[in-house]
Amino acid sequence: MARKEYAFYPGCSSQKGASASNYLTSVESMCKTLDIKITEIPDWNCCGASISYAEAGELPRHAMNARNFALAESNLPGQDIVATCAACWLGARESKERLEHNDRLMADTQEALKEAGLNIKTIPEIKHMVEVLIEDLGYDELKKPVKKPLNGMKFAGYVGCQTNRPFGIHGESFENPVYLDKLIETVGGEATPYDQKVTCCGGALAFSEPDKAQAQIKDIIEAAYDSGAEMLVTPCPLCQANTEVYQGQINKKYGTKFQMPVLYYSQLMTLAYGGSAKEAGLDGNVIRARKLEEFAGK
Amino acid sequence: MSNMNEQMAAKYKNNFLKEIEEQAEMGDWVKMCMQCGVCSGSCPTNFHAGWDHPPQEIFMMIRAGKREEVLTSNSMWQCTSCYNCYVRCPRKVPITHIMHGIAEYAYRLGLAPKMQPSLHLSQTFWNNATKHGRVNEVQLTQSLYFKDGIGAGIKKAMEMKDVALGLVKAKRLNIMEALGGGHKCKDVDGIHKMLAKAKELEAKRKAGKAAGA
Ligand code: SF4
Ligand code: SF4
Ligand code: SF4
Ligand code: SF4
Repeated sequence: MARKEYAFYPGCSSQKGASASNYLTSVESMCKTLDIKITEIPDWNCCGASISYAEAGELPRHAMNARNFALAESNLPGQDIVATCAACWLGARESKERLEHNDRLMADTQEALKEAGLNIKTIPEIKHMVEVLIEDLGYDELKKPVKKPLNGMKFAGYVGCQTNRPFGIHGESFENPVYLDKLIETVGGEATPYDQKVTCCGGALAFSEPDKAQAQIKDIIEAAYDSGAEMLVTPCPLCQANTEVYQGQINKKYGTKFQMPVLYYSQLMTLAYGGSAKEAGLDGNVIRARKLEEFAGK
Repeated sequence: MSNMNEQMAAKYKNNFLKEIEEQAEMGDWVKMCMQCGVCSGSCPTNFHAGWDHPPQEIFMMIRAGKREEVLTSNSMWQCTSCYNCYVRCPRKVPITHIMHGIAEYAYRLGLAPKMQPSLHLSQTFWNNATKHGRVNEVQLTQSLYFKDGIGAGIKKAMEMKDVALGLVKAKRLNIMEALGGGHKCKDVDGIHKMLAKAKELEAKRKAGKAAGA
């Protein structure tokens, strides 16, 4: 028996071959070391993310989340749900909150669920992977398995929006959350003083309003360089993709020379726990983190 | 669609605030706004530049009954869902959801700006996600790029070529998804039935409110 067990909600972006598949790889390695068992919710569906608001309306969005709740509850009874994507986590928590506080909405949702042969008794707790690490395990436990501290490496902790607002991580401030910095330090790295850590990258609007989003991203990367960081670290697949994949276009547009690798916290942890480059999903980074690849090879 | 717009306008006569309270998600919070302006200063800088009317102004215009101006505005569509306003508002107004709610209502009435890119994204995303229960990232990207026609799509696709190639190389964009492979839920049928029901119930609830107006 593992020391902790969770119903896992990977989200669309963390599937095999999808845009955050390297996040999934590193989370699996990290959880193995920490003796955390995550079991995928059977036949889970997409939560719809924030951007679907116009086409979906309210109830259909809650119904999508509710289906996942019902599947988790019946297949993995007693387990909290854990999500790795900030948007999935936020969407699911929002639905949980609304359904629990609005009987009419809950009744309508149950009626819709019936069409799929499901129903909800109690909605499980919904956690982000970071909450599992910090609240259920704690920094001390996270430090114990560190075999290879990331000494002398400088990281800017980019928290972004949706892991921070509106719910956030317990005990953290919205304007200056420090959990990511602490995670970086827990594995031996140096967290640089970074003043754009909660600036929005544009989110889904990186697709629909690329110029505005890329202007945001430029500020985010520039500040990371200014802080002395060599790499950016994020807890969210969309933050990761947005800050990584547009650097080339930003360079063309603004004449900058950005080439900053963007990592997940779980990749740093996997490496510090002695994992290989492959186990940390480093091959999934579009801007290769050469320094970490070398580190992993040692 | 414009028919529904006329019906609603007639039903709520000159009470636009009431219309928003009953028809837009979380609209009943608008009256709590005390016009402090904190939300307007909280939007991401570069998106802020695109707002004709930041949230505080939208709320004021709702109270002033500027129905047409609010519902046809491009403003709500600039919201990135960053929740910065939401956590700062001294009156705890759930601004993010109200912005989405007003936008959704404007769309339902057929008043949203034509070819609004974020509206198009919302449609494309939801339809993609619900078709098989999970997002097909390649097909999503394709429909987004080709929204302005094939010529513009190819130009954009060329601009984005390096981004896409990088992802393919890093095994983060699965080309097979374009051919209809990719990720799917098993019970797609159940999902579709569930969503049809949810849509029907939501329409009924909103119509019920308008009938009582
Ligand atoms: S938020 Fe994104 S990753 Fe999460 S389930 Fe929804 S679409 Fe998929
Ligand atoms: S920083 Fe960007 S991607 Fe990350 S949560 Fe915010 S809007 Fe979403
Ligand atoms: S921050 Fe809140 S109270 Fe202030 S203007 Fe915005 S919505 Fe109104
Ligand atoms: S959630 Fe929307 S309205 Fe609020 S600050 Fe962010 S972009 Fe502006």
